[in-house]
Amino acid sequence: MANVLVSAPKQARAGEIVEIRTLASHPMETGFRAGTNGTLIPRDIVREFSCSYGGVTVFRMELSPAIAANPYIAFHLRARETGPIVLRWTGDNGFSVEETVTLQVA
Amino acid sequence: MSYRRAILAAPLALLLAPPARATPEAMREAMRAVLGTAAPRPGGIALDVPPLVDNGNAVPLEVIVDSPMTDAAHVRAIHVFNEKNPQPLVFHAWLGPASGRARVATRIKLGDSQRVAAIAAMSDGTFRIAEADVIVTLAACFEELT
Repeated sequence: MANVLVSAPKQARAGEIVEIRTLASHPMETGFRAGTNGTLIPRDIVREFSCSYGGVTVFRMELSPAIAANPYIAFHLRARETGPIVLRWTGDNGFSVEETVTLQVA
Repeated sequence: MSYRRAILAAPLALLLAPPARATPEAMREAMRAVLGTAAPRPGGIALDVPPLVDNGNAVPLEVIVDSPMTDAAHVRAIHVFNEKNPQPLVFHAWLGPASGRARVATRIKLGDSQRVAAIAAMSDGTFRIAEADVIVTLAACFEELT
């Protein structure tokens, strides 16, 4: 259920700018829709996404119900040193997923 | 209409009342929370969103800011707002010199045809703004559940 897809290059030259593209499996229920019985479906969204590279948070995003289901987020990083890129999604109902990719810097 | 009918109709009216929506005023209010007293200037920022979408449930949106992204001059944050979704905020994103390129892409929901605005907070304390009008033929949020 908590599936994520991360597309990032395996290796890069120092100083090169790489693109990280992520897709998380999540309904992003807005909390504004009524269910079949007429009551509102409670909100269930990913509230925050963050990326740390070499132990330092380099990108952070606060999401709202206006982000489409299965949130797609793409951003860039400057390759500095070989190290883990840790991507973390946290949200309502205790949603928490972490994914690590390693970037080899030559 | 008799008093009794009015009483009976009252809950129905409540049910049929449109849900609370963000307004252009609410969007300006939300933007002011980010901007403070600063006035954002257009230019040096691109908000890439299709002008006409047939499905408001997933609208590709990209914000590209023209910046060298060095320690001395970079983009601190990118904020995106809308006028008519239930809430004015779309997202806040914080970046910095480690990003290398001030470019964020995602997919958003749009509940109606409306204006979308992106604000970039620069490291020198200035703000840049880009706005785009989007026409939506099938709105998000209000579709029938099956």
